[in-house]
Amino acid sequence: MKIKLEGVTKRFDDVVAVNDFSLEFEEGTLTALLGPSGCGKSTMLNMLSGILPVTEGKIYFDNDDVTDMPPQKRGVGLVFQNYALYPHMSVLDNICFPLEIQKVPKAERIEKAKEMARLVKIEQYLDRKPKELSGGQQQRVAIARALIKNPRLLLLDEPLSNLDARLRLEMREEIRRIQQETKVTTIFVTHDQEEAMSISDKIVLMKDGYLMQVDRPQALYDEPQKLFVANFLGNPPINNLEGKIKDGKFVLADDSASVKVDLKSAVEGEEVVLGIRAESVGVDDDADFEAIIKERFTMGKEELAILKLGNSELRIYLSSDFTHKPGEKVGFKLKNKGVFLFDKKSGERK
Amino acid sequence: MKKRFHFSPKKLLVYLCLIIGAIIMVFPFYWMLVSALKTTAEFNSYPPTWVPENWFNMENFKTAFSKAPFVTYFMNSVIVTISCVIVTGFTTILAAFAFSRLKFKGRDVIFSLLLSLMMVPFEMLVITNYETVTRLQMGDSLIVLIIPFISSIFYTYILRNFFLSIPDSLYYSARIDGASNWKYLWRIMVPIAKPSLVTIMLLNAISCWNSFLWTLLVINSDDFRTLPIGLYAFMTEGGSDFKLQMAASTFTVLPMIILFLFTRKYIVNGVARGGIKG
Ligand SMILES: Nc1ncnc2c1ncn2[C@@H]1O[C@H](COP(=O)(O)OP(=O)(O)OP(=O)(O)O)[C@@H](O)[C@H]1O
Ligand SMILES: [Mg+2]
Repeated sequence: MKIKLEGVTKRFDDVVAVNDFSLEFEEGTLTALLGPSGCGKSTMLNMLSGILPVTEGKIYFDNDDVTDMPPQKRGVGLVFQNYALYPHMSVLDNICFPLEIQKVPKAERIEKAKEMARLVKIEQYLDRKPKELSGGQQQRVAIARALIKNPRLLLLDEPLSNLDARLRLEMREEIRRIQQETKVTTIFVTHDQEEAMSISDKIVLMKDGYLMQVDRPQALYDEPQKLFVANFLGNPPINNLEGKIKDGKFVLADDSASVKVDLKSAVEGEEVVLGIRAESVGVDDDADFEAIIKERFTMGKEELAILKLGNSELRIYLSSDFTHKPGEKVGFKLKNKGVFLFDKKSGERK
Repeated sequence: MKKRFHFSPKKLLVYLCLIIGAIIMVFPFYWMLVSALKTTAEFNSYPPTWVPENWFNMENFKTAFSKAPFVTYFMNSVIVTISCVIVTGFTTILAAFAFSRLKFKGRDVIFSLLLSLMMVPFEMLVITNYETVTRLQMGDSLIVLIIPFISSIFYTYILRNFFLSIPDSLYYSARIDGASNWKYLWRIMVPIAKPSLVTIMLLNAISCWNSFLWTLLVINSDDFRTLPIGLYAFMTEGGSDFKLQMAASTFTVLPMIILFLFTRKYIVNGVARGGIKG
């Protein structure tokens, strides 16, 4: 099912939790709502599920206006951050519950529940109570319960945040697998960029209730339209240098160094932020800037260097043929990819 | 490995105090039972004996039963208690749900007002309630014993607090799964709150069973007397044979003692959690 938002806004008294969202979620895709804590992700999800009424704007499921439709009629499955399993019911009863409400005959719903349990791989726990399961297993139960009524839309609110690092990796693959097997349009909330990047078809990046950018994960990384987007994605984080354009070059704010960059739409004298990804710097005789190597260290499989450029620092990845020692002054060249200029005030890309 | 208890002097002292306390609490009951089982000769002997000669001497019970309709009293008590507990349970659940889950204007104000009503002493309510039932000409019937007690702010308060502790997400999850408020209440909330509910109902049963003042005031005829009132009447009207009185008393408290023995877990839980006295 395709979902369309038109100017959706949610206000709580004077707090604007979601501000004028217009976007589309394509049929059968997995979309991540990504953003820092408190940016309105859960609010967005709850409006899609119908738990929260919207203040302004319209929500369409395919071509139906569902803005005022109560949650039970929307045909959505929702997995809460804390899973919200019914503690007094067995796993089987939990999964069956939506069908029980629909008065599906018992034999049929048990049949269906077992099918769902197979899909999420929890067949052996059907008789247990939720508290006798691990976090990952509980999450699977919650997903099975959300899927059993064949929802048109599956919503997951930070489904992985309660799990340990290893299980998280495993479960996000699982979510991807289940989504691809069932082909259900899925929207999931996360504040972990890596999680969003790794499994989603598209990412909706939000900040303080504002829509920042919607794009494929790689596109979001390669072509951030805002400084916030560039900062939010990537590990190690992008290097930000504040300065201005002077004589066709980027000059640090304190005039301590300059960098030759492609100015794009930036004009002479303008205050800008230069973003340089760690992997976007190489050594070349035709240097864009010169910097002193301050430190080199190994981080797992990669080697990282801290450069001193004027009074600022840069963190970059080193290529295998890099032989310079700390203390040396070296000329570096910027690659085409991963170097961005942003307007300092608005944060918009140049 | 065998578990061994270490009794430090401090612990010993604590246990000693507890045992003495327990004996003091239990002794009246014991004396009641023993007296009810004694023959006249035994009863009058000096110094008093600590154990009856025959543990199965039912004479006193038979005599007491022949002198007053204790079976009727018992049935009345049972009817009143069960009705009260069921109806109160029902109204308490509904009210607690409304005050915890439903959103309506003035909800919390109304609830605070109700709570402040708890400060009005029961004895004061008895008088106005009495006026009401006499004006309605409802006197002398079992209904009158039930009607004033079919809701309880206090139990509502306890249950509401429990309901509030159930995460919102369960509610929303159930709503999305298609459950109505009604369905959610009975299928999810009430089962989760079962331990609390059982405690509430037991405490309510005990207070109904022991209800005295109101019953004494409104019931005149023998047919509608409950056990406590029947017992009271028996003591004043049926002569002063202490053995018989003790037999009748035993009969009165026995059901509650049995109830307590079977549901001790819930009652102790409730008292410990809510600081409620039975
Ligand atoms: N019921 C409410 N009443 C008032 N303000 C609210 C309410 N719910 C959310 N907010 C506010 O709306 C904003 C967005 O909240 P929301 O729960 O959607 O954030 P989130 O992105 O899900 O954050 P997190 O990652 O921490 O879960 C926050 O500033 C929050 O304080
Ligand atoms: Mg949230």
